Amino acid sequence: MKRTDLLTKKSKRRGRNSPIPFRGWLVICISLMILFLSPILSSLLHSVKTPKDSASSPPAYIPPTFSFENYRALATSSNGLISNGIHVYIGNSLILATLTVLGTLFLATLGGYGFARFNFKGKEIYFAVILLMIMVPFQALLTPIYFLFSQIELQNSLIGLSLIYITYQLPFSIFLMRNTFVVIPRELGEAAMVDGCSPFKVFRSVMLPLSRPGIISVALFAFFASWNEFIAALSMISVQEKYPLPVVLTLLSDRQLGSLNFGLLQAGVVVTMIPCITLFVVLQKYYVSGLISGGVKS
Amino acid sequence: MKTRTSKQTGFWFILPAMVFVLLFFIFPLIAVLIMSMTNFPLLGEVEYVGLQNYTDMIGDTEFHQTIIQTLIYTVLVTPPLFFVGLGMALLIRKTNKLSSFFRTFFFMPIVIGFGSAAFLWYWLLDPGTGYIPQLLRDLGFGAMDKPILGYMPGALLAVILMVVWKFSSFQMILLMAAMQGIDPEVMESSEMDGAVKWKQLRYITLPLIKRTLGMVFILSIAGSLLAFDQFYIMTSGGPTGQTETMVFYVWRQAFRSFNLGSAAAMSVAISIALLLVSLIQVRFINEKD
Repeated sequence: MKRTDLLTKKSKRRGRNSPIPFRGWLVICISLMILFLSPILSSLLHSVKTPKDSASSPPAYIPPTFSFENYRALATSSNGLISNGIHVYIGNSLILATLTVLGTLFLATLGGYGFARFNFKGKEIYFAVILLMIMVPFQALLTPIYFLFSQIELQNSLIGLSLIYITYQLPFSIFLMRNTFVVIPRELGEAAMVDGCSPFKVFRSVMLPLSRPGIISVALFAFFASWNEFIAALSMISVQEKYPLPVVLTLLSDRQLGSLNFGLLQAGVVVTMIPCITLFVVLQKYYVSGLISGGVKS
Repeated sequence: MKTRTSKQTGFWFILPAMVFVLLFFIFPLIAVLIMSMTNFPLLGEVEYVGLQNYTDMIGDTEFHQTIIQTLIYTVLVTPPLFFVGLGMALLIRKTNKLSSFFRTFFFMPIVIGFGSAAFLWYWLLDPGTGYIPQLLRDLGFGAMDKPILGYMPGALLAVILMVVWKFSSFQMILLMAAMQGIDPEVMESSEMDGAVKWKQLRYITLPLIKRTLGMVFILSIAGSLLAFDQFYIMTSGGPTGQTETMVFYVWRQAFRSFNLGSAAAMSVAISIALLLVSLIQVRFINEKD
C-alpha cells in the first residue's frame, strides 16, 4: 500500500499529464539515453585501443590497454592513407567553418533586418525567391555550380565551397533573424532615428546588440552545416590538401592490403564529431530556440 | 521632420544577400535548365539537343530503379522516425530539469554530421571488429559473420537504423516545442472531463499540433528523397546497386561519368518532384492549428 502511495505521489510531482509512473518513465529515459549514447561511446572506446586491439576479432568492448597510438598515427602521413597530418584537414574545416559563419552572419542579419522592418518595391518577390530556395534541393544544382565554378577557377577552393554553404544557409538564417528583429520594439530604433542616427547606425548600434540569441543560433547552425557537409565538398574539391574532415574520412576508410584500419577510422570520426558535440552541449539552448524560430514559425 | 528612411532603405539591407542568391542560386537554376537541353561534354563543343536528355531519362531503366529504391527507403524510414520522435517528445515535453537532462543526450546524434555518423556505423556493424555483431553474438544470435551491409535487405535496414538513431530527435524537438505551446488549461479541462490518457493524446494533443505533425512528416519525406551521404558511405549503393538512391545516381552521372547533360535533366526532374512535396508543406504552414 505504502509503496503505491509513494509512486502516485512521485508521478504527481511530474505533473498530472504523465500517463506512466515516475519510476517507469525514468527507466525508459535512461534506456533511451544509453541507446543514443552508446554508438558515440563505442567509437570513442575503439579509437583509444592499440592498433592490434582495434583490429582484433572478436572485439573487446573495453580497451584492454589504453593507447593514443591511433591518434598519433593520424597526426602524420605515416599511416599511408592521408598525405598530410590531420591538423591540415582540421585547418581546412576550420577555414571553411569560419568563412561560412562570418559570411552567413553578415548577410543574414542585414537581410533579416531588411525583411523585418522595411517595406520596399519588390519585397514579396525577393521573399518568394528565398522561399523557392528552400524548395529546390541544392543537390540538384551541384552539376551547374560545378560547371560555373570550373569557369571561374573556384572549384578546389575552400572559399568557393564556403560561398555555396553561405548561400544555402541564407533562407533558414534570414527567417530566423527576421523573426528575431520583428519582436524588438520599433520605438527603440525610432528614438535613435530622432537623435539623427542613420538606418544602418540604428541597425548596428541598437538592433544587433539586442538580437544576440538569434545571432548565436545562426552562427551555430552555419558552423554545423559547413563542418558536416559532405556531397558538395566531395564534388567540388579534388585536391587532397584541401579536403575538409568528412571527405578525409573516405580516405581513412580505404583498404590497405584488403584490410581496413577501423581504429584509425574511428579516431578520425572522433576528431570530426567532438567539436560539434562540445559546441552543442555548451550552446544547446540556442540550438533548440533557433530550430523552433527558424523552422516552425517561418 | 524629414525621416532618413527612404523607400529603398530596406532594399539596401537585403541587397548583399540577394547578390549571393543571384550568383549561386538563380544562375545555377537557369544553367541547369540550359544544360539539360544540351549534350554537355566537359571538353569540346556544346551542342543543343532539345529534349533528348529527357527522353533518354524516361527510357533509363537504371534511373527508374533508383527512383523505386529511393521511394522504398522513404516509405520505410518515415514511420519509425516519426513514431520514435513522437514518443520521445511525449516523454520529455515537461520543462523540468530531469527532462532537459535527458533531452541533451537524445539530441546529441543530430549535431554529428551524416558523414561521420555513417562512418561510425560502418564500423559498428562490421562483422569482425564492430560492437553490434559482437553484442548479437554475446546474446546468442549465432556467428554473425555475414557482413550485414553486403546483403539485402540487411544493408537497407542497417542504414534505416542509423538514420533513426541520428535523426529522430530532430522530429522530437519540433513536436516537443509544439506540445509545449498548447494552452495548459485545455489539457487540464480535458482531464476534468475524465479523458483517458491515450484518448487525450488522440483527440486533443495530436489535433492541436496538426500543423507541426504535417511539417515534420514532409521534412522527413523530402530529406529521405534526397538521401546520399549514408548510402554512399555505408553501402556504396550496393549490393549490386540495390541501395543506390536517385541523388546518388545523378551524382555518379555528373561527377564520375561526366554526363553533365543527362545529369542536369535528371536534376530538373528531381527538383520538380521536391517542389511538389514542398508545396504541400507550404499548405501546412499556412493552415491554422
